[in-house]
Amino acid sequence: MKRHLLSAADLDSDDALLVLDTAEEMRQLADRPIKKLPALRGRTVVNLFFEDSTRTRISFEAAAKRLSADVINFSAKGSSVSKGESLKDTALTLEAMGADGVVIRHSGSGAPHRLANSGWIRGCVINAGDGTHEHPTQALLDAFTMRRHLGELDGRRVTIVGDVLHSRVARSNVLLLATLGAQVTLVAPPTLLPVGVETWPCETSYELDGPLPKSDAVMMLRVQQERMNAAFFPTQREYSRRYGLDARRMGTLPDHAIVMHPGPMNRGMEISATVADSARSVIVEQVANGVSVRMAVLYLLLGGSEPALSATGEPAVATASAPESVPA
Amino acid sequence: MTTTYLIKGVRPLGGAATDVLLRDGVVAALGADASGTRAEIIDADGLIALPGLVDLHTHLREPGREDAETVETGSRCAALGGFTAVHAMANTEPVADTAGVVEQVWRLGREAGLCDVAPVGGVTVGLRGERLAELGAMAGSAARVRIFSDDGNCVSDAALMRRALEYVKAFDGVIAQHAQEPRLTEHAQMNEGALSGRLGLRGWPAAAEEAIIARDALLAAHVGSRLHVCHVSTAGSVEILRWAKSKGWSVTAEVTPHHLLLTDELATTYDPVYKVNPPLRTAEDTEALRDALADGTIDAVATDHAPHAIEDKESDWTDAAFGMLGLETALRVVQETMVETGRLNWAGVADRMSVRPARIGGLAGHGHPIAVGGPANLVLLDPAHRSPVDPTASASLSRNNPYASIALPGRVVTTFLRGRPTVLDAKLT
Repeated sequence: MKRHLLSAADLDSDDALLVLDTAEEMRQLADRPIKKLPALRGRTVVNLFFEDSTRTRISFEAAAKRLSADVINFSAKGSSVSKGESLKDTALTLEAMGADGVVIRHSGSGAPHRLANSGWIRGCVINAGDGTHEHPTQALLDAFTMRRHLGELDGRRVTIVGDVLHSRVARSNVLLLATLGAQVTLVAPPTLLPVGVETWPCETSYELDGPLPKSDAVMMLRVQQERMNAAFFPTQREYSRRYGLDARRMGTLPDHAIVMHPGPMNRGMEISATVADSARSVIVEQVANGVSVRMAVLYLLLGGSEPALSATGEPAVATASAPESVPA
Repeated sequence: MTTTYLIKGVRPLGGAATDVLLRDGVVAALGADASGTRAEIIDADGLIALPGLVDLHTHLREPGREDAETVETGSRCAALGGFTAVHAMANTEPVADTAGVVEQVWRLGREAGLCDVAPVGGVTVGLRGERLAELGAMAGSAARVRIFSDDGNCVSDAALMRRALEYVKAFDGVIAQHAQEPRLTEHAQMNEGALSGRLGLRGWPAAAEEAIIARDALLAAHVGSRLHVCHVSTAGSVEILRWAKSKGWSVTAEVTPHHLLLTDELATTYDPVYKVNPPLRTAEDTEALRDALADGTIDAVATDHAPHAIEDKESDWTDAAFGMLGLETALRVVQETMVETGRLNWAGVADRMSVRPARIGGLAGHGHPIAVGGPANLVLLDPAHRSPVDPTASASLSRNNPYASIALPGRVVTTFLRGRPTVLDAKLT
């Protein structure tokens, strides 16, 4: 594995499968009364959130705490960052505090890349969503969720629907799913597909009804409120009619197919309440899996290369094999 | 009484070696006639002489951002780059949209004394694109402004642009347009293409530049005025310019050194040193720009030298300021992209970097051939030199140099401004 996780493209298929397998081990913890491993005891993980995202932050926080890491939450609102402190000074502060890993969420595409390559910090950097670029742990938890329901993803068909143009989730999913051998179809109005999407490792479609009967999983993307007033589509109702997943459309999916959404949902817009609450919906499960996947990522980047759990299912003494200092 | 200089063995425009005598601010003699006078000797064996370079597009940042550059430090960069005249863009704080501000900049340039500083006046008040600034007052001021530009902003209102083009005919002015359709480029971060889609950076489509150039060429033709297009960056713009020129319309254009050399691939680093407006484009655009400069469709190289304080570039890409340094490296980049590739000879370089820009800017004392009686504005360069660019060696107060560690040919050895050396042995005098 590379030292940072900035893009889903940083993972080759061996890396991706290692994360997913490790996440599977981590998930077993969830069924235990004590949901904690000593793997990252003494390591410090900073959640550096320049953009509000309670869901992602608490998911990373829970993941780090279950690995016994010390967690520092650093959010922009009400901190020095909102008073004009630069990314650089924030980074230098974290470095001085001895951050082993920095989980960064930023509204600017490429900010995690900048943090990792600037020489400002030595710890590993995990991208928790940057602008309209990528959100690799979301793609990992999506793949993890699909894998639990569908088995190996090689040859599976995944349909991703909605605002691809502004979606970091879509970018990371396309890259990771392609690495894992799945066939991805992006469905969106032409206004919400980026220029150059034809160079991506996926198919595209301007209409939803065609791809659905062949889909093993369909992922609905959130349509941001601000897009609705910027002429990307005429009205909310028209969007919903053409690209929303309702009960009728869900009925055209194969029996085994699952419905996903990275949250938060606009019920009645991209997804109807009936679909969101149906038996096919794995949306709540995605959230739970997020913690396991983020534990796996933190463990693999900050911890050791030993299996997280021993073959007997007992916690291994992972800290013993973990390097004591962060490689420079 | 100024010193007399005898430049020995220099090759004017890369031609045969000769001697050049500079006296009283003019070229006093050439060849055999130059010898026999008591003069300071400058050994120019192997060096090429060009008329002093003229930059149509320089940001000197003063008044307002003296932490990034001043008229004096920018003038130093200009002299070191072989320039004897620069046009100082109007987007200062306060904006150069009144006779008072343009005269201040002009006066600061005179005080620095390293190159002629010709202020560009804002087209509209505060560069806000709402109403015309007092263009006549700036033209009639001591600064004798002839180029007007809202550079940094596009004069996007078609009716206002038409009026500006018409109005400046009264004093032989020219509108230098920053061609950028604003609605198509809101929050734009880099060239729009497959790469911007992949990097998740908001795209700046080529059409946003080309649409404005086409519109303004039509307007300039309609009202019989002069249009100059700043920093042309796309292959499509070149086609439109070629068409406009084929009609015989008074349309001129410039290209920056960075758009001749660098491409949008550099954005994959997310290093804001490569963030510039208009953005770096594709390799196909670079090729088209080089060809257009060679065939004269693009008239001039202009640096768009845009110094920024360290903190304005030391951020993530989206938050960072647009712009890069250019004065000290311009001639080297032109040698690399145009001369070494066989597209221009040195006479061609002189035409695109001195003669034509001086004509566009209406600078009577610049852009003359190296001939007896002509002004002694000269640059001597060593074309055989090649070395990596060292951003720390700059005379600029800023360090946003995109050529760091790129090996470029050429070196400015000496610059003369009206017979007085501003640079000797590649150092400021």
